[in-house]
Amino acid sequence: MIPAEFSYRRASTVDEALALLAEHGEDAKLLAGGHSLLPLMKLRFAAPEVVVDIASLDELKFVRLDGDEVVIGALSRYHDLHGDPVLAEHAPLVAHASGAVGDPQVRHRGTLGGSLVHADSAADLPAVILASDGVLVARGPAGERRIPAAEFFLGPFTTPLEPDELLTEVRLPSQAGLGWGFEKFTRRNIDWAIVGVAVVGRSVGLINLGGTPLRAAATEKALADGASADEAAALAAEDTSPPDEPHASAEYRRHLARVLTRRALLAAGIA
Amino acid sequence: MSIVGTRVVRVEDEKLITSGGTYVDDLREAALTGAVHAVFVRSPIAHARISGIDTEEAKQAPGVVAVFTAADLDLAPQQTGPVTEPFLATDVVRYVGEPVALVLTEERYQLADAAELVDVDYDPLDAVASIDAALSGETELFPGGGVTGNVMQVNGAEEFDDAVFADCDAVVTQTILNPRVAPASLEVRGGSVAWGEDGRLTLWLSTQNAQIARTTVAGALGLDEERVRVIAPDVGGGFGAKIGADPEASVLGWAARAVGRPVRWTESRSENLTAMSHGRAQQNTVTIGGKRDGTVLAYRIDVVQDSGAYPRAMFLPTLTEMMAPGVYRFPVVQTRSRCVVTNTTPIAAYRGAGRPEATAAVERAMDLFAAEIGMDPAEVRRVNFIRPEEFPYTTPTGGDYDTGEYAAALDKVLAAAGYAELRAEQELRRVAGDPVALGLGIAAYVEITGGDASGESGRVDIHEDGSVTAYTGSSPHGQGLATSLAMLLSDQLGVPLAKITVKHGDTDEVPRAVGTFGSRSLQLGGSAIRQAADEVIAQARELAADLLEAAPEDLELDTERGVWQVRGAPSSTTLDWARIVASAESTALSADVWFGDGKPTFPFGAHLAVVEVDTETGKVEVRRLVAVDDAGPVVNPLTFRGQRHGGLGQGIAQALLEVVNYDEDGNPTTATLADYSFVTATELPDFELVDMATPTTRNLLGVKGIGEAATIGSTPAVHNAVVDALAHHGVRHLDMPATPMRVWAALNDVRKAN
Amino acid sequence: MRVSIEVNGRTTAGEVPDRTLLVHYLRDTVGLTGTNIGCDTTSCGACTVLLDGESVKSCTVLAAQADGHEVTTVEGLAGDGGELHPVQRAFREQHGLQCGFCTPGMMMASVSLLKENPRPSRREVREALEGNLCRCTGYHNIVSAVVEASGQEVDR
Repeated sequence: MIPAEFSYRRASTVDEALALLAEHGEDAKLLAGGHSLLPLMKLRFAAPEVVVDIASLDELKFVRLDGDEVVIGALSRYHDLHGDPVLAEHAPLVAHASGAVGDPQVRHRGTLGGSLVHADSAADLPAVILASDGVLVARGPAGERRIPAAEFFLGPFTTPLEPDELLTEVRLPSQAGLGWGFEKFTRRNIDWAIVGVAVVGRSVGLINLGGTPLRAAATEKALADGASADEAAALAAEDTSPPDEPHASAEYRRHLARVLTRRALLAAGIA
Repeated sequence: MSIVGTRVVRVEDEKLITSGGTYVDDLREAALTGAVHAVFVRSPIAHARISGIDTEEAKQAPGVVAVFTAADLDLAPQQTGPVTEPFLATDVVRYVGEPVALVLTEERYQLADAAELVDVDYDPLDAVASIDAALSGETELFPGGGVTGNVMQVNGAEEFDDAVFADCDAVVTQTILNPRVAPASLEVRGGSVAWGEDGRLTLWLSTQNAQIARTTVAGALGLDEERVRVIAPDVGGGFGAKIGADPEASVLGWAARAVGRPVRWTESRSENLTAMSHGRAQQNTVTIGGKRDGTVLAYRIDVVQDSGAYPRAMFLPTLTEMMAPGVYRFPVVQTRSRCVVTNTTPIAAYRGAGRPEATAAVERAMDLFAAEIGMDPAEVRRVNFIRPEEFPYTTPTGGDYDTGEYAAALDKVLAAAGYAELRAEQELRRVAGDPVALGLGIAAYVEITGGDASGESGRVDIHEDGSVTAYTGSSPHGQGLATSLAMLLSDQLGVPLAKITVKHGDTDEVPRAVGTFGSRSLQLGGSAIRQAADEVIAQARELAADLLEAAPEDLELDTERGVWQVRGAPSSTTLDWARIVASAESTALSADVWFGDGKPTFPFGAHLAVVEVDTETGKVEVRRLVAVDDAGPVVNPLTFRGQRHGGLGQGIAQALLEVVNYDEDGNPTTATLADYSFVTATELPDFELVDMATPTTRNLLGVKGIGEAATIGSTPAVHNAVVDALAHHGVRHLDMPATPMRVWAALNDVRKAN
Repeated sequence: MRVSIEVNGRTTAGEVPDRTLLVHYLRDTVGLTGTNIGCDTTSCGACTVLLDGESVKSCTVLAAQADGHEVTTVEGLAGDGGELHPVQRAFREQHGLQCGFCTPGMMMASVSLLKENPRPSRREVREALEGNLCRCTGYHNIVSAVVEASGQEVDR
């Protein structure tokens, strides 16, 4: 299986990438690690006319501290994030979850930004960034804009990014000292999560419980009101519409959400 | 010291680890220069009438050489059971993946672009997507044509006599699914064909049996077999699904003639998962009854085999019936089997082929019976095992067992595992209310290898330089048989491994052969090589007698040094093989034999699986798998254990993970390796193998087959372990694969019932 | 487009369609067929090679993306004099291969693993090889091979 024909362009700067996007509009797709886009193209579920390779934009590969914020370049690979010393201290949930994505080969290519803009609700990092109160920074012809994660995941594979915009970085409040937990439930280690739960502090993100990554609002409210982990976790599936599939029904996913949320809360030190 | 029985690294490996094997897609033969590339356009619909095929647009696409449909072909009809299986679909398609058209292009990258442009009009018909739908007969796959009510073959009882259970204290009945799985060899199917100027067709095919493939393709093309040469290059796994030639191979041969150019074909994995045959797919209803002391009085199995759309392997349920009673001396065994057609991928052999289904059924039945009478499953088995002194033993279903030590095998496994301690730990967890339950699952099994009993060819040549070439009719593709045969020859002839070459898989080099399936290779192919070497030794004895001026019977072959000498006079003149061959009238000593009297043998064993079940999520983890697999004396423990490991992996996978699913319209939902849960390293434990070797008397080597044994034992061991883990919650059975949701649902069901 | 990739220490170049996958560049343009293709969903790992020293699945990298980079395939594992890489030696010694189809990818993934984790436990080996499927071995001897290649004792 090979992709339909397209024209390959490699951008060497962010501005060059933006210029190519401006030129080709909706006919173009950005290629970072390529581990969301190329599989779709090989199965011909996607067939862009122009592919703009941004993998060599070193200016978007970094993790740094900016005051109380951790700033992660959009082209940072999972492999790099998993071993990053700044994240280990200030966003250990992100580091840990990055090590759980796919397999080593995928982690050598896949990027944080690629995962976020692909906006697959079954992916791990969107829910992690959502739970982390992340802010996504995009650049376009009109300059830069900041989009809170809570406003970024609009629907399945849908974000507010325009075709001529490029995600450049993600900013998170430092999580140093906060408890965290990450529960990813799969049949095989390499599978996408049937359900996943990411907890940091008292924020709870849900993987694959609906068309977008979600916050477990009822659980978070209960925690704020002083509920125990058991009590709060029992509410984890409130207001969710999980996928209903032969190998994992919606009812089963709701059940898993409750079990995994309890486990993640306990891991985060919430009793 | 004999090399046989020692750990020898494989002679096959050097190439595989340096440049990689030469699989069909890797061939760069001159004969394939200028080849066109081929792709089959396949049905996306399970059951439909084809109202038209428009190939015009595809023919105009860049690089397209030709587009062919059934209307173009003139191949001899291919009889599959009671029906004719079209090479390319004619008026009706009967499964998703059925080939409909063939597209040939100049470049590989043009294939997918052009295939998309073949416009087929399908008028959908109701799909028969399950065994139940087939049995209902509401929709027929072959109305008025060979199969009435979708049921093709009925063996055994019309009606069962329930009186056989009259004296039982306890009787249990259970319907047990043996789900459909994908063989999923890591190399998909592929073939390349070229016609020579001499009018001969050469077909390089990823196959387990070049000679069977030759017969099939020659028959389809209407050629004498001499005009077809089939070569199996390195083959990246088969597991039963690459026996002989699939229909695509004959179409390639036809197409190469039609366009006057060589043709290359490699399917995609998505094609492979719908168009290469699947395995298992049985629904078995068992009834078992006996006394409270554990004695089973009668056992019944009613087999329904889903044959898929075209019944390529109706022998499968017959084997299941024959092996139904397994390792037990049941006085009464009732069997029946039916084959049904469904709008799904055809079913054929998959590692074990009919025997795993028998074992899975009887081993679940034994656990159900044990639970019913409140006896430990190990003890129930001991009560009913066929005893060592009863061999040879003929079962009520016609199994002609050679040798077995069934109780000893189980005892060895339980001792190695620490069964009593594990039971104690299980009880502790239950008492403590641990949400992670421990489960112990036993399977005792016997299977049949070399069951086709059609023999195998072997030829041994000793050359003027003292080197040896062996030609085996077996067709190994990963089993390490070349190493095993070389070891046998080294031992027998006194020639070092480095001077022995084993050839196979080319019909010009090995014209007569059966090939590799059913764990037959060492016992039949190995015996043939042994017999051929015996004949060469006899020839050499005569030559040596002349040279040494001694009576032939006074000569001996010193296999430590590889020389002939007068018996009892080791310091006298010796002759090496080169010297013997030099005295012969030809340039080599050679013997070409057919080992034809090899009766089937019956390997056996016992497995214990230890699983942990997270009762909150339903997830099962296999913690330990302890196995005895007794296949008689071992030629090379390294590869012997490798075969067991591989079998264990696939067997565990079937119990827990792997299943081919269809929706109610017959659409496959597991058609990529992203969706099909192919087992990975993280889902398997380190295996614990226990040695045991009980020889057979039925071949020259005393060996039984090991290729499938561990698959057969491990599936029910893990299955039983999962049920055992949940037993204290009241779960009595759940079907494979024991996916987390299925385990969770089983627990939910009993909670609701209580 | 024209791409130039250093493969096993040797400069290679070719004019290929933009959509060419790295694995096809290696097999068809460079002529190194050791790297195999086992699926079309980035699942099986048979096509694993090293790209700038790290394991990647070459079915999911465009040749164009590798332009100007370094690739190592199974053919580049052994030394110039033909001496086997420790991973190759260990796969043979531990019978970590049967049909051989997954083997090149499996070994390349193992080389990458050992670079990142020189003394892995058996469990760590299993997790690091989760992106490489093998149908023959049940993985047991593959795990043993990687443990041996790391210089640790194989105890089963």
